[in-house]
Amino acid sequence: MSTPAPERTRPRGEDVVVVSDLHKSFGSNQVLTGIDLTIRRGEVVCVIGPSGSGKSTLLRCVNLLETPTSGSIRVQGEEVTDPDCDIDAVRRGLGMVFQQFNLFPHLTVLENCTVAQRTVLRRSAGQAREVAQRNLEKVGLGERGDAHPAQLSGGQQQRVAIARALSMEPELMLFDEPTSALDPELVGDVLAVMRQLAAEGMTMMVVTHEMAFAREVADRVVFMDGGVVVEDGHPDEVIGNPRHERTRTFLQRVLDPTHVQAGAHDAAHAARHAGDPAPGDVAETPPTPDHH
Amino acid sequence: MSAPAPTAEQAPTRRRSSPRRRARRIRLVQYAVLIVLVVLALFTANWPQIIDVFFRPELVAATIGPALFLALGNTLIYTAGAFLFGLVVGTVLALMRLSEVPPYRWIARAYIEFFRGLPAIVVFIAFGLLPIAFEGMTIPWDPYGTVWVALGMVASAYLAETIRAGIQAVPKGQVEAARSLGMSSATAMRKIVLPQAFRIILPPLTNELILLVKDSSLVYVLGLSIEGYELTKFGREAAQSEANLTPLVVAGFCYLLITLPLTVLVGRLEATTAKAR
Repeated sequence: MSTPAPERTRPRGEDVVVVSDLHKSFGSNQVLTGIDLTIRRGEVVCVIGPSGSGKSTLLRCVNLLETPTSGSIRVQGEEVTDPDCDIDAVRRGLGMVFQQFNLFPHLTVLENCTVAQRTVLRRSAGQAREVAQRNLEKVGLGERGDAHPAQLSGGQQQRVAIARALSMEPELMLFDEPTSALDPELVGDVLAVMRQLAAEGMTMMVVTHEMAFAREVADRVVFMDGGVVVEDGHPDEVIGNPRHERTRTFLQRVLDPTHVQAGAHDAAHAARHAGDPAPGDVAETPPTPDHH
Repeated sequence: MSAPAPTAEQAPTRRRSSPRRRARRIRLVQYAVLIVLVVLALFTANWPQIIDVFFRPELVAATIGPALFLALGNTLIYTAGAFLFGLVVGTVLALMRLSEVPPYRWIARAYIEFFRGLPAIVVFIAFGLLPIAFEGMTIPWDPYGTVWVALGMVASAYLAETIRAGIQAVPKGQVEAARSLGMSSATAMRKIVLPQAFRIILPPLTNELILLVKDSSLVYVLGLSIEGYELTKFGREAAQSEANLTPLVVAGFCYLLITLPLTVLVGRLEATTAKAR
């Protein structure tokens, strides 16, 4: 463990999250190798990068769902890696939205949004319901309070998850690939809610593969690869005019899917036929992209 | 339908005994065997005697009375109390099994292995001897208290393992979501994990309740007074005094009266929870 910074200067009152020299490994697998990142109040920061680059791990370290191996994370001035830190209190100020929604299936939509208000914030039933209802209306599901999560579409479930997090009135919202588990036609509704939140001034850290969203909504885009931050800057720079080769390669693959498909096919094809002695299967070589 | 004689080349795909044809033939044979057995039973068994021994009408009428209802009630009270006791202790044991403090895990493990390995009747005999071994020792609400604790201790060992499996079957994301909302791990367990765990284990839980209904017949070794008789003891005593099995058969049907609705209830519960999951 690196020594926690002794100076207790509250960082300008603006920095909501300050990550410095963060390392995280699972066994011998080093996922994060020295991350520095600051998120200021009101900022929308999108974290992009290839799978396995450590972006979800970084997000999960911020609310200590993963315990950092070394380094420091300050959330609203609190050093969360400090054993004396009341992590439940820190998490109260952080809203988390998961890729798999993680709604509570045994509770109704409304109860999903009230259970933590009741047990953690000790709000009255009436007040909790009022807050929950307001947030459900905000995500366009004010009518579905009595439904169970299983009765909702994926997009609706994810919007409930956002309402659930908002009902705790967090300072910062963390989104872990919120649209990756959704059918394509349901992505738009969720992104619309997130766009609205951003417009209202919510501080957001979003791990995403939605480049258009990142470019349009983010104040800053962070590109991660191999456990480090490769680029960090305005979306027009990082996405529009990347300086690093790795960023360029990644964006090319994401923004030009036919390229990726051909590449993936090549890799899969090669793997499948790794042990084949005979090269006689011409018919199976990747066809040139024929659509459009 | 025509089946040409198989030639040597056709042998691997002989059409005459294609799997479907063979299956049909086997089915027909099964029906034939069944019919033969039924006919044999109908003509060889001494039906009047069988009815006289197992279902003598006047004895059925005589058995169905206040004493039977008392025994039925006792079986229900014994089982319900023991199940409740077992659920509470079993949940504590399950949480101990999953504890981060190793000694708690060892204690729970030892308890579970001990009571699972021991025949229930041994536990009952031990409880029956307790007041003699420890002079003047009594468990409150005699005889119910003794039965609840004895039967409940055996049940808790089984229930603990079932509950533990249920807790572990709740997806990790549920705890993560709860903790992310600021819940302590105890609150997350109480409000999020346990309710889901019990939904998951509803079917095995009912199985264990049904087993417990039947295990309650073992309390006879406690040497209960007449007011404490449960169904088996009642049926056995009555059958002995009448030198006829009819009372025991009636008592046996009473068990079905308890267990069959339970099975139906669980089917319903499963359907409703399936909707909510």
